[in-house]
Amino acid sequence: MSAANAKSVLTTPIFKNNPIALQILGICSALAVTTSMSVSLVMTMAVIFVTAFSNLFVSLIRNHIPSSIRIIVQMTIIASLVIVVDQILKAYAYEMSKQLSVFVGLIITNCIVMGRAEGFAMTNTPGMSFLDGIGNGLGYGFILMTVGFFRELLGAGSVFGFTVLQPVQDGGWYVPNGLLLLPPSAFFIIGLIIWVLRSVNPEQVEENEFKMKENTQPKEAV
Amino acid sequence: MAQSNNSIKKILTVAFALCIVCSIIVSTAAVALRSKQEFNQELDRKTNILNVAQLYESGMDVNETFESKITPRVVDLRTGEYSEEHDPSTYEGFQARRDPAASRTLSGEKDIAGLSRQENYSTVYLVGDPDDPEQIILPIRGQGLWGLMRGFLSVEGDGNTIVGITYYEHSETPGLGAEVNNPRWQAQWEGKEIFDEQGELAPAISLVKGGASGENEVDALSGATLTSKGVTNMLQFWLSPEGFGNYLAKFRSSVDPAEAQAADVELESEGA
Repeated sequence: MSAANAKSVLTTPIFKNNPIALQILGICSALAVTTSMSVSLVMTMAVIFVTAFSNLFVSLIRNHIPSSIRIIVQMTIIASLVIVVDQILKAYAYEMSKQLSVFVGLIITNCIVMGRAEGFAMTNTPGMSFLDGIGNGLGYGFILMTVGFFRELLGAGSVFGFTVLQPVQDGGWYVPNGLLLLPPSAFFIIGLIIWVLRSVNPEQVEENEFKMKENTQPKEAV
Repeated sequence: MAQSNNSIKKILTVAFALCIVCSIIVSTAAVALRSKQEFNQELDRKTNILNVAQLYESGMDVNETFESKITPRVVDLRTGEYSEEHDPSTYEGFQARRDPAASRTLSGEKDIAGLSRQENYSTVYLVGDPDDPEQIILPIRGQGLWGLMRGFLSVEGDGNTIVGITYYEHSETPGLGAEVNNPRWQAQWEGKEIFDEQGELAPAISLVKGGASGENEVDALSGATLTSKGVTNMLQFWLSPEGFGNYLAKFRSSVDPAEAQAADVELESEGA
């Protein structure tokens, strides 16, 4: 990782080392905010901002952070950035901040931000860390937008709020699938994305942690 | 280096410096953006009020229209009279519900909307001439499926015919309960009547499944039984004498105030 160049730091987290699809981090908010694409987009931008700047600041002071309190130092930086983002949204995108409600605040607990600060920014230069933050934010955003696209299209018949499939309750023909508006549907879609990504990049498939024991009975279980 | 970083002096210095820097950043953001945020909240509330009164058009100057057409007044919910005690432009009933001196506890049976506390005074918004309003806009709130729903109900000057309903704060399921803000669903409220028989004080308006009929019924939201129930309950509560019932009775010419008082007492004893 330490010898990584700027381009690979920025782009690998999007497909090759996606924080959601490969590291399975930050699933919680991906379930909650993906009911519509515009909300997903604002959430993505908020997360990119927070991961990029928390990485930058953590990296800037990395040589002065005492290892015994490093997690709380990272948390303080992340939390301050998240509050600033929340305040800005409330001032300039009030409607959106109402829809995102608590989930902006919950970026603080998003494992991606924490994971990158601890895993990358503590050992790399500020510039690289900043790019790594943007890259991971984009990787998170890629999954969010894809999930948001399917959930909004199939659940409400629209994309970015523009009606594509005229739903029945507005006099159209499309019967919206209510399941897709509920959080569990995001699990299915993320699962399918992981499947696709691992089919394209077979090296992402993990080794089995254990081998199934062979059936010891000569006949099938009765 | 690692050794010196972990000395107690260094730890305290880093922690202290970090806290100072972060708190300065956070408080600067909060203070610098506060006026903008308050402006947004106020604008949002006014937009919702204009919306429920069907006066809102996109692109209009919300503040100006609000000033020219709408008069806020504070009502004493216990008597239904206007109160001069509070300034309508600053009084916030939702905050007052926590103040023991300005609110009351609602006990189990009466608390159908799941509020647990109710303020004594509430702000209503009058459209047109304040002495003979075209519309009366009432704030309503109550439990939906996932949490508190807050909104406005607009009633015509006769204190009985509904103009519209809107929710500006709720956490219902998108696509199901959140359809309370679907314009097609909201449209069917227009012209519905709150009370059935003349002189009756208990509100009759309710959401019904499978085809509403009559003046007091509105189609329930499909797939959102508990949200619909919540809406019915909060209307039943806020339009009864526990809520704005006494106040609305003044506008309903058919209700004799004395009779209303008697019915009120009767209703209360039933409740107890």
